[in-house]
Amino acid sequence: MAAKKPADRPNVSKEDLLKYYREMLLIRRFEEKAGQLYGMGLIGGFCHLYIGQEAVVVGLEAAAKEGDKRITSYRDHGHMLACGMDAKGVMAELTGRIGGYSKGKGGSMHMFSKDRHFYGGHGIVGAQVPLGAGLAFADKYLGNDNVTFAYFGDGAANQGQVYETYNMAELWSLPVIFVIENNQYAMGTSVKRSTKSTTLFGRGLAYGIPGEQVDGMDVLAVKAAGEKAVAHCRAGHGPYILEMMTYRYRGHSMSDPAKYRTREEVEKMRSEKDAIEHVRDLLLQGGLASDDDLKAIDKEIKALVNESAEFAKDSPEPPLEELWTDIYA
Amino acid sequence: MATQVLMPALSPTMEEGTLAKWLVKEGDTVKSGQIIAEIETDKATMEFEAVDEGIVGKLLVAEGTAAVKVNTPIALLVEEGESADAAPAPAAAAAAPGAAAPVAAQAAAPAVPAPVAAQGWPHSDLPEGVPTKTMTVREALREAMAEEMRANPNVFLMGEEVGEYQGAYKISQGLLDEFGARRVVDTPITEHGFAGIAVGASWGGLQPIVEFMTFNFAMQAIDHIINSAAKTLYMSGGQMGSPIVFRGPNGAAARVAAQHSQDYAAWYAAIPGIKVAMPYSAADAKGLLKTAIRDPNPVIFLENEILYGRSFEVPAEGDFTIPFGKASILRTGTDVTIVSFGIGLTYALQAAEDLAKDGISAEVINLRTLRPIDYDTVLASVMKTNRCVTVEEGFPVGSIGNHIAATIMQRAFDHLDAPVVNCTGKDVPMPYAANLEKLALTTTAEVVAAVKSVCYR
Repeated sequence: MAAKKPADRPNVSKEDLLKYYREMLLIRRFEEKAGQLYGMGLIGGFCHLYIGQEAVVVGLEAAAKEGDKRITSYRDHGHMLACGMDAKGVMAELTGRIGGYSKGKGGSMHMFSKDRHFYGGHGIVGAQVPLGAGLAFADKYLGNDNVTFAYFGDGAANQGQVYETYNMAELWSLPVIFVIENNQYAMGTSVKRSTKSTTLFGRGLAYGIPGEQVDGMDVLAVKAAGEKAVAHCRAGHGPYILEMMTYRYRGHSMSDPAKYRTREEVEKMRSEKDAIEHVRDLLLQGGLASDDDLKAIDKEIKALVNESAEFAKDSPEPPLEELWTDIYA
Repeated sequence: MATQVLMPALSPTMEEGTLAKWLVKEGDTVKSGQIIAEIETDKATMEFEAVDEGIVGKLLVAEGTAAVKVNTPIALLVEEGESADAAPAPAAAAAAPGAAAPVAAQAAAPAVPAPVAAQGWPHSDLPEGVPTKTMTVREALREAMAEEMRANPNVFLMGEEVGEYQGAYKISQGLLDEFGARRVVDTPITEHGFAGIAVGASWGGLQPIVEFMTFNFAMQAIDHIINSAAKTLYMSGGQMGSPIVFRGPNGAAARVAAQHSQDYAAWYAAIPGIKVAMPYSAADAKGLLKTAIRDPNPVIFLENEILYGRSFEVPAEGDFTIPFGKASILRTGTDVTIVSFGIGLTYALQAAEDLAKDGISAEVINLRTLRPIDYDTVLASVMKTNRCVTVEEGFPVGSIGNHIAATIMQRAFDHLDAPVVNCTGKDVPMPYAANLEKLALTTTAEVVAAVKSVCYR
């Protein structure tokens, strides 16, 4: 990854930069709160936090238009917040309450919003890749110009169904962007310990799918790559692969002792590459915002997250009848 | 010495075929490997190569002859200077059915059970009083898909060989011509991937019909069938269902051994969130498939290769559908209830016929769908007959029969005069050898014996 250059003058408006800052911060504070509620026993089961990877979803959402679809794995809270789903509904799903997006029946890993074109939240590693290509198949069949962002990790990149999907997506020119969030660890196994072919986007070339590696800690680089990929898809040229080089600061899930990497490695990423700090520097050093401006945003986000946590605690558990609903349409 | 050329079996289930065209005439010299005829099977038109060399002495079966049984001599090859007339008369050739008349439309029609006057639709096999036509299960499935595709532009078919090949089992024959490649989508051999794509497409506003060349291959795709299609409506709190049909041949065909012979009825019937249909007759096939395509839920539609070529009566006109969860009573009786579905009914109906000669009156119920199951019809019948035998080809452990038996025990225990007996496939992988294969499936004799045991006869 290229070292950050805070002195660079980015080609981006102050409003956009503030928006990215706000959205990334919301994800981070939301996830910290979720971690806290997990520790208090209010959130159960599996809970996979997105802290560290915020620039990926925020940058790509900046390249999307209304009608575009997105689908991802179980590490999905950031994607939901970035595509405009309500923090209260997401947090209440984490606590398993009726006010959650799935009425408490899906949990952290299984949330959906047809309204916001968010198609989950999938607990089986790699399953979202053909499913996402299927969403793109429908858009192509229906003759609109929507694209689908199908997110998956470096771990899922070793699943066979990913390559079955590459083959058909290129064969049928499906408007799908495969976003590999390479956070360098598939649970506890590093990319280098999983494969000799570590340049993951390059595997698409075998199927004729173009792609590139992107600094996934730099929201502006992500947005620029996203715009290029979206243009390729919308023009009817078929799929595109973006390999986002990113990093998760927290463990794979809440119960991860993180013995597979050093504390120093994590600290180095946090201090040198943090996506939010990067935008903060751009805002302050570019004279686009003052310390006070950013403090006001921090405060506003904190209030929003606290409100979501309160809602998630207060929302009742689903009524018992809900056990038997939504099995058949 | 003249050599007989015999009618070949060109598919695992082929018992007879049409000699569509001779490519040689009497007096021609034939080399080994030369294509000498075109033969139409129930699945496709195939080229037939000579194995032996010689001169065509006599063509024994005329071009255009339908229903020529496998192993019937169809030609004689002679050596230079040898006369065909000197060769021993091929007795079987004269017996070849339909040798004189070209193409009788109706293949050997199995006995269709008599309509049940006492039972009203939908519990009768066919609605009463409607004009019918004879068609094969294969044609009925094709007609169901074509009608639904005409009615709804968002219904499409995808799978291996569904388009240009015209269907591995000819179910989709002609659909590519009518609907085009946008709606009849040939896939690579990649069940896991295309099942996932189809489920995604169902969330994106389409109603896919996914054809598996056999449900044995759907094991590659079962994660998407169950984890993605069946569970998402629930996991999304009712926001997102999967209107999709997974269909294809299921269970044993003939001599295709362990990896191509499994019956998945009980597996899929165990899963909440999907529906499971298993047609027996052509009317079932048409009416249930149309219902499946219109259903907003994922439907597993289990067909049977051996039944594809069998003919039955189907309503001749109108929009014919069969509701899910309504069993039909194929034969009324008073002494015992035989519950079956799909190809199991061939044993059940034959057993009922045989038992009648012994004075035992069997009622035969066709479940039609395994999720939902029409418990009411089964229980009402058992309360009348006080005895029950179930028949299926699947494995015995955790079978549909086990579930029916448990339900009857819980809800009609006091009405039972004997334990419920399950006739199933045996607890072994399907063997290849013909004699062992027959033994591995359930048989009419086993059904007869089971009925006699519950009747204490």
